[in-house]
Parts: sequence; C-alpha cells; structure tokens
Amino acid sequence: MSSMKSSPDLHDLGVAQLAAKLAAREVSSVEATQHFLARLAQDKLGAFLATNADVSLAQAKAADARLAAGERTPLLGVPLAHKDVFVTRDFPTTAGSKILENYRSPFDATVVKNLGIEGAGMVTLGKLNCDEFAMGSGNDNSAYKPVKNPWDLERIPGGSSGGSAAAVAARLVPAATGTDTGGSIRQPASLTGITGIKPTYGRCSRYGMVAFASSLDQAGPMARSALDCALLLSAMAGPDPDRDSTSLDLPATDYATDLIAASQDAARALPLKGLRIGLPTQFFGAGCAPDVLAAVRAALAEYEKLGATLVDVSLPLTELSIPVYYVIAPAEASSNLSRFDGVRYGHRAANYTDLNDMYKKSRSEGFGDEATRRIMIGTYVLSHGYYDAYYLKAQKIRRLIAQDFQTAFTQCDIIAGPVSPTVAWKIGEKSDDPVANYLADIYTLSSSLAGLPGMSVPAGFGAGGMPVGLQLIGNYFKEAQLLGAAHQFQLATDWHLRQPPSL
Amino acid sequence: MSQTQPINPFAEMQAGRPTGPLVQGYEVIIGFETHTQLTTQSKIFSRASTAFGAEPNTQASAVDFALPGALPVMNKGAVQRAIEFGLAVNAHIAEHSVFARKNYFYPDLPKGYQISQFEIPVVQGGSVEFFLDGEKRAVRLVRAHLEEDAGKSLHEDFIGMSGIDLNRAGTPLLEIVTEPDMRSSAEAVAYAKELHKIVTWIGICDGNMQEGSFRCDANVSVRKPGEPLGTRREIKNLNSFKFMQQAIDFEVRWQIEQIEDGHTIQQATVLFDPDTGETRSMRTKEDAADYRYFPDPDLPPLVIGRDWVEKTRAEMSELPRVMAARFVADYGLPEYDAGQLTQSKATAAYFEAVAAASKQAKLASNWVMGELSRRLNSEEKPIEASTVSAIQLAALIGRISDGTISNNAARQVFDALWTGESQDVDAIIEAKGLKQMSDTGELEKIIDDVLAANAKNVEEVRAGNAKAMNALVGQAMKATKGKANPAQVNELLKKKLG
Repeated sequence: MSSMKSSPDLHDLGVAQLAAKLAAREVSSVEATQHFLARLAQDKLGAFLATNADVSLAQAKAADARLAAGERTPLLGVPLAHKDVFVTRDFPTTAGSKILENYRSPFDATVVKNLGIEGAGMVTLGKLNCDEFAMGSGNDNSAYKPVKNPWDLERIPGGSSGGSAAAVAARLVPAATGTDTGGSIRQPASLTGITGIKPTYGRCSRYGMVAFASSLDQAGPMARSALDCALLLSAMAGPDPDRDSTSLDLPATDYATDLIAASQDAARALPLKGLRIGLPTQFFGAGCAPDVLAAVRAALAEYEKLGATLVDVSLPLTELSIPVYYVIAPAEASSNLSRFDGVRYGHRAANYTDLNDMYKKSRSEGFGDEATRRIMIGTYVLSHGYYDAYYLKAQKIRRLIAQDFQTAFTQCDIIAGPVSPTVAWKIGEKSDDPVANYLADIYTLSSSLAGLPGMSVPAGFGAGGMPVGLQLIGNYFKEAQLLGAAHQFQLATDWHLRQPPSL
Repeated sequence: MSQTQPINPFAEMQAGRPTGPLVQGYEVIIGFETHTQLTTQSKIFSRASTAFGAEPNTQASAVDFALPGALPVMNKGAVQRAIEFGLAVNAHIAEHSVFARKNYFYPDLPKGYQISQFEIPVVQGGSVEFFLDGEKRAVRLVRAHLEEDAGKSLHEDFIGMSGIDLNRAGTPLLEIVTEPDMRSSAEAVAYAKELHKIVTWIGICDGNMQEGSFRCDANVSVRKPGEPLGTRREIKNLNSFKFMQQAIDFEVRWQIEQIEDGHTIQQATVLFDPDTGETRSMRTKEDAADYRYFPDPDLPPLVIGRDWVEKTRAEMSELPRVMAARFVADYGLPEYDAGQLTQSKATAAYFEAVAAASKQAKLASNWVMGELSRRLNSEEKPIEASTVSAIQLAALIGRISDGTISNNAARQVFDALWTGESQDVDAIIEAKGLKQMSDTGELEKIIDDVLAANAKNVEEVRAGNAKAMNALVGQAMKATKGKANPAQVNELLKKKLG
C-alpha cells in the first residue's frame, strides 16, 4: 500500500473526475478508498449503518489490479456505498429494521453485483441508513438512528434514501445507490442538493432489493451530477430475466457518452432547442411553498434560456395519487413483509407460548411503527369485503393516472415541477403525523404509480438556505433524455456544485 | 378481480344433470380437487431440484427460503406441462392467466403467501371421460391452475419443537378441479384412476401416490333427489384409490346419519384415518382464513401464444382415448379391450408390437390382458419388466393360430418363456413335445382304438346323446396326450360314426 498522504481534495471530486484520476494512475483505488473510509469514520450525520474497511480495501486492491492490467472502464476503482435495502454478502443488510438486525445475505443484489468488483469495479464503502423497509420521507423511521441533513444538522435529509443523500451531499461518498418507491430517491436528493434518478420501473433489476412495494420499487443512482448518475445508471441497469421477472428486456445502455460529448460542445447556443417542457398546473398550486416555487420557476427560466419551451399541461388526478399510493404500496408491503416471521432468519422473540404468540411477539418487537402501520393498512385493504372498494379501485385509478401522463406527453417531451412541496423540515417535526408525511409525497407519487422515470436536479435554495430540487419526469425508457436535459442545466448552472456550509 | 363473487358457482352447473344412484334415499354429490406434482427437474419459481427424498433443506434456494430480495421466476417447463394437460382434456388454454398471492402464516410457507392462480387459471374447462360398469361417463373440469407446493413441518423428530423442511417448497403443482359431477364413490375412484392415467400417460406427473405426487381432495355432499346441493365437507389428501373409496363411503353414511338425526351439515375440512376407516373434522368454515388474494406483483401475467399451444399439440404423443378409438377402428377390438390396453403407454406399446408381429390383434389382446397381466400382477412387475418380449409372445400366438399348438400347450410355452427356461418358442414346443398331432393316419388309428374301447359311448352317440360325443373326444385327447387338435378329433369321430 502506498504511504502517500491522502489527498485532501479527493472527496470533492465527482465520480467522473475520480475515475479519470484513477485511470491516469494519479491515485490508486486503495488510496481513494482509505481517504473515504477515514472521512466517513468521522461521520456525524448517521448516514452509515455498516462499514468494513478490510472488505472495502480488498475490493480496492482488486480494482487496482485491474487498473494495473490496463483495464479502463468508466467506474473502475471508484468507491460508493449502497442503501441498506440492497442485500450484500460482505456487509449486513437490515433495511433499517430491527427485524433484520445482523442479517447477512448469502448473495449480492444484482445492482450491487453490476456495480461491484465482479462488474463495473466499484468499491463498496458500506451500507447506508434509510427508513425502515424504505417507508418514510424523513429517514426518521430508521430503527437504528435518524440521519441529519448536512445543510442543517437539525433537519431531516429526506427519505427513504436519506443516508444515501446525506452521504453524497456531505462528500462522504462520491455516489450511492438508492431506491425509489414513491419518491425515495428524488425527494432526499432534492432536500440535500444532489442529483438522483429513478429510472423506468423494471430498468434496474429488483433482485436483491428488500421488497417494499414490488410494483413500484426501483433502484437508481444518487450522485452530485447528472453525468455521475449517467455513469452509474449505465452499469446498474439492464435485463435480469433469470432473477427478476419484472426486469425490462432492454439491453444495458451507455447514458454517459452523449453527456460527455455535450460537455465538450458546451459553447453551442440553445442546446435544448426543440425540447418541450410540460408544467402540470397541479404541481404549481397553493400546496407548494413559495420559496420552493420560486427556485423551481427560476430553474425553468434557465431552461428557456437553453432553448427549451415551456408548455402548460394537466395531470388532473395528481391529488388522488396519494390515496392510491397509500392503498397499493401498503397492500403489497403487508404481503412482502410476511416473510419476516422469526422462523428462518431475523428477529425471533425470546419467549413465547405457541406458534401464534411467536409470530405476534417477533413481529411486534421487530417492526417499527411505520412498518406496522403499513402492514395493518395493507392487510385491511386486501381483506374480504374491502378489496374491491380499496385495492381494486386504487388499481383502476392507477391506470388512469398513467393515461393522464400519456396525454400530457402528447404536448411535451419532459414534465417538470417541484420534487417536494417544502424544503427539508426539522427532525421530529412530522414524526407524529404520518399523514403530513404522506402529503409531502404529492409530486413524486404519480410518476411512481405510472412507472415513469423521474429525477431531481439541484435548482437553488429556499427558506433557511436549504436546497430545492427540480423534478424532471420523462416518458418510459427516456432516461437518456432526462439525464441530457439535467446535464445541460448543470453545464449552465452551479447549484449542484454548492457545498453544505458544515463542510 | 373480485373477492365478493363465489369462486365456483357449482349449483347452477348441476341443473339438468341426471339423478345418480341413491343411498338410503339420498343422492351423493362428489367433486374433486387433485394436486398433481409436475415432473419438472427444478421448482416452479426457482432453480432448486424437485427430486424426492433428499436431506431436509438441501434442495431449497434463496427463493424457496424466502430470503430478503429473492424473487420468483416462472419455470416454463411447468407451463408446458399445464398446456399439455389442457390439450389432453380438451380444455381452453388461457392466453393470459394471472398468478396471485394467497396470504397466510405457517412455518412451512416461507414467504407467508403461496403463489397460485386465483381468478384466471391457465387451463379452463375440459372433461375427463371413462367407463363405469361398461357405461361411458364424463366428468367436467372447472379449471386447472399452476401453483407452488409448501414445505413440510416435521413434528415427530423434535421434542417440543417442529422441524421445517423446505425441500418441497416451490415444487410445481397443477391443481385440477372438477364440477361436482360424480354420483358415487365408485365413479369418483374411476375418475381419479382415469385422471391418474392421463397425467402419467402424457408424462406431466409421475403419479406416485405414496410420495404425494398425486393427491386428491374429495368434496362430498348428499341431498334428496331434486333438492339444492347439500353442504359439502372436503376430505383432504386421499393418497390411494382404496382409501378414496373407503373415505367417501364413510363420509356419505356419516352425513346421511347426521341429517336423519336432525342435524345440519357444517362446511368443514376433514381427514380420513385409514386405521379407523373414519373421517374426522380438521377445521370448520368458521376457522377459514381470509387469504387476501391479490395479483402477485413479482410475476407478470402468464402469456401463452397460440403458436406455443399448437406446437405442443403437434408434439404430443397420441392420447389414451384417441389411441383406444384407433384400436377399435384399426384392430377391430371391442371397446372394453381397447380401454384396458390403453391403461398405460407401455401396455399399449407392448400390445401394438405383439399385434404387428403376429397379425392377430384379438389373440394379442387376449394374451396381453390375460396370461401376461396375470403373471405381471402376481409378481408385481410393470409391463416394461416382462421377461416375455412382445416378439416372443407374437411368435407364440403365431403357433396357436397356425394350429401347431393348442391353447393349453401355449400356456406351457408361455411359462417356459416367463421363467427363462428358453428364449425360443419353437424350441420349447419341440423339447416339450407340445406339437399338435397333424398326422391324420396316426390320429385315425388312435380314434379307432378309442371307438373300440368305448362301445357303450358309441351306442349312446348313435342314439343321439351329444354328451357321449364329448366323452369320446375327451378319451381321444387323453390318448394323444393333448397333442391332437380337438376340432380335428371331432371331425374324424363324426365321420367314423356318421
């Protein structure tokens, strides 16, 4: 191992820049890994649930060996960390829940494998905190510890991928994976001033993601720029027909090359000429805080300068996306979480009188309040006599919501609006009010229900100097278009380069 | 999908059906649900092996253990077998069917739900046809759907605890559901045997009832003729045809007794105890769980294109009922013979080989159903293990039909072939001196001797006593040590006495 002192600047580099340094052999993967391990050891945010320096350094050595052998692939040797809902052989996987405390998976999630040392060659620094089973929008539902927002340590980082967002924003990692069921990548990205994309449902394999709501769950990258997200997504996405029946039969795509080409052609006037951005009236109403709206409108004005045209569109069922989502997602969750029964793995109560008592105690002790609440809601809406009125009706409206998007996409190429109606709130502010949390998901739920790709791009700052994200929603499989539009914006602005004052 | 509708509106399907035989004035109504374990090498949603009898939990994958992040992927081989079954029973193969989750907690159900098909099964309708007391019957099928089996709870091996073996978890099953079309335990058993024949014939199930590859649940109710259907009780897990009949017979008597005593039948699930010959209630309708069925979001709808169905149809071997009809048409066999010979593929193939080589279809049928079956049964051997080959049996039949040996002698030859004394029919005939006497001169001489020695019988024959003629034939046969052709002896006697 080199005795070269860790470069103070390594953590300021994005994925692409760090990869370039690694490829030029200016720094080794082991050095980069050591640098980040030292940095995240000082983490005051609660972003990490597990690290293992030996494992990370072994992976870094393997990456260095590949670099030494002449391999030059875009992510080789770059460290990252995974949201704790991706199962990993080398780190425990808890999904933020006590019921899986110390659980160790015998296999890696497909996304972990694709990105990791068996695939693209990235080095895993550890596992990132999240809301229990990805249920939450403040990361205050983690059974282990809350996560603090690096822009204001008294505020939530968003959720459920709050650990991922905080770690990227605080430069504890160059990039992280997240999962998005109803906004869990986009919302924390927005609230921490980073970039995140949820691809089309099925674009990334769900194999090895601890399931929350199977018809909605989707993995995606979280990083500081659209280019970095594009690099990661290129490695993450792809078909996985032998492991996930819902993975899309589309080959892996290189999302980054076009972006890199665009960077070199930055002087081109009106690079987004012809791009029609649809603004749903329902996303710009009184429900959105004025500071957020102001930042979003300013970002849209920037898009106009880049040549895009703004058109008004309508997504009339937007409000219904909240009840529809909070029927379908808990219904699926209630069934998905049945496997956590204390029989084969995970928490089992110490004392019980019989089988039913064992189930009740193990699950009551193992699940936190929000998971329990959703299991109960989901069980209720699937019950005999309620199924038609709740689950079936929600599925019908879900289809109508998806149709509304298709209607809107006849008038525009991309839909834009806020990600979250407010900037990050204070830790504890909504902890006792689940409905207030649910309402905050209003702008992300409808595209999740439709299975559309969506992303959050840093767009400025709102009240208290807290970051505001611009949401971009594309049609199915249009990740490249979204990333391209975000990249052009980032070539023209520096919101994504701003650092939290605490750093 | 709706849970407010009854799943199987059986009652209306019974309108206009003829009344069955009555038991103490009651008509018996039986419907079947049969779980057939499919013959795929791997499980329905994972790649773990389905082989029977391995050490506990050695044939279960992450999917079968329901580890976090594991997802089901459909085994096309299971779908293929469902299509084959659908074609074998003239059913509709759904182009679009849906897997649903049946949610309940039990330790041998690792996910906390069973993946099954609920509202839209892959096989819809169809019928199973068979003979009962020489009369043709058809039992209509409601559906056949794909699902996964659960694991096993082992209660005996541990004190105060239960063991869980997930080797069976995820084994592919095709659950075949009938209308309540059967009217007696005998008909129910005949249906089950025919279904067993079909699934083993087409090779989708090994039919091993001891290992649980073919498990029947019988829904039994009774009613006075013309009344609406009575409340049914479901007898679970009948794993032999004998127990099936015993269990249904007991259940019918029990239900009639209850009704006669003024009780009403409660819907219940019951188990048959072979030791007592009785059924006993496991759970009643009040205990029935709410399974909270909903479409499994991990599995897209199962889509089966017409090309897949047609390709399967083209590649399927001849079905038993089609083959039986062909035996009647091509070989001129009675329907009964054709039905018996198509009990298994191997039997049918053996028969066809004998018939082809001997050109004597009826004789071939008689020998396969008669002497050969008798020997196989007494030694509990399958026809594949017969020591007498089809070619040998054909040669034997050839020697019967060309008059070389009598039927009695043929049985001795068959014995010799069976025991392996010799492989060659003619050599056995020669060695045992079984050839029929064909030298007329020699036979005439023997007959003359018989006539001389039995003057009394000759008198009686001349007086018109036919019985006396038989006695003379018998004497002549005895004198030739059975080697004479009885027809020839008869003829010569008539000539000499005429």
